[in-house]
Amino acid sequence: PPCSPVLSVCPGDTSVLAGLYGPAEAKISKELPDRAALEVLLRPKVGLPGVLERSREQLLRQTCEAVVLGVLHPRTAISLVLQVLSDAGSLLSCCLNAACMALLDAGLPLTALFCGVTCALQPDGTILLDPTARQEQEARAILTFAIASSEKKVLMATTKGSCSVEEMQQCLAAAQRATDTIFQFYRDSVRRRYSKC
Amino acid sequence: GSITTADGSALVKLGNTTVICGVKAELAAPAVDSANKGYIVPNVELPSLCAERFRSGPPGEEAQAASQFIADVIENSQMIVKEDLCIANGKLAWVLYCDIICLDYDGNLLDASVFALLAALKNVQLPLVTINEETGLSEVNLKQKNPLVIRKHPIATSFAIFDDTLLIVDPTAEEEDLATGTVTIVTDEEGRLCSVHKPGGSPLTGAKLQDCITRAITRHKEVKKLIDKVIKSITPK
Repeated sequence: PPCSPVLSVCPGDTSVLAGLYGPAEAKISKELPDRAALEVLLRPKVGLPGVLERSREQLLRQTCEAVVLGVLHPRTAISLVLQVLSDAGSLLSCCLNAACMALLDAGLPLTALFCGVTCALQPDGTILLDPTARQEQEARAILTFAIASSEKKVLMATTKGSCSVEEMQQCLAAAQRATDTIFQFYRDSVRRRYSKC
Repeated sequence: GSITTADGSALVKLGNTTVICGVKAELAAPAVDSANKGYIVPNVELPSLCAERFRSGPPGEEAQAASQFIADVIENSQMIVKEDLCIANGKLAWVLYCDIICLDYDGNLLDASVFALLAALKNVQLPLVTINEETGLSEVNLKQKNPLVIRKHPIATSFAIFDDTLLIVDPTAEEEDLATGTVTIVTDEEGRLCSVHKPGGSPLTGAKLQDCITRAITRHKEVKKLIDKVIKSITPK
């Protein structure tokens, strides 16, 4: 079935391959009468998908559902398959970026774009964006946000470790500032892809 | 506790949502790379009796995501430090199996699960275990029981979001189905954030998120008072 494979590479050699199928005919048990049924499958690099992958699939699915205009394609199924190729830190934000680019590439109607940013709070209080696996281990807290392109609102937030409220706000502000670079990269990639033909 | 055969248990009712948590403690050898740490294994089950939408069979996505959330809350808040569960370095440690089962699902599963877990862990009485120097075997003294050391008290507050304008605290199942998103904030008694869990849904501004966090911190105090009152009322004889 025609699909658009998209490779997303984040700083530090974390790479995730995303493939999007749809809108296609849905199984009767899964179809929704008024909108498209979105499904996300996250496959880890080694081993079978476990509870952690399920939890991440839920985060990704609900983030994509918030931006995809599913009401334009009722009773269809949209499947997003993500395969982790290498994990060198900031995996969840890499998956988010891959998911958004796959949605863009497939030409699905969206209300906004989104991008994933991971912030690591170091023991001394400094904020590090897109940490490597080593920096993630040493960090006091790791916050991952999915920021929408319209008004930089928070679509998804998940934290690991504990932090104070002020630190969380600082990380959010830093993440919102970083989204400009990422959205510019989306635009450049799409421009490059469609200027060839 | 509510379950007499468990080492600690608690039943929590948040409106109509009913969740029971049972903690069983068993002995095991610690892992090779963390010889001074015990284990805490949470598991959330949504059996088909709690709501029509859950079919019997392998755990669905919601149950697995909830289990992961509870595991993250335990880890992030450090409510139980795994080193405290170690009995003899490299030889023996406690494994706490925390089974959280929903008996009636009317929304806000995560809040109820975290309360049930916290109350059950506060209720746990572990027997004293020593290792006999000569035989090398463990000896369990059931007559002498000690409570668990709970360092932090994380409490979850969930909100249902409606299009970035309306926020409803402690949503029912009907409100959750109609909502465009949910946010769960877990705070501890020092006002630190143990978890900000916003699994997608309609976007929120930073200010609205801050509003949720402030209300979660206020609610923490009320809930903590309630848990303390109940635990005190069932002091062992």
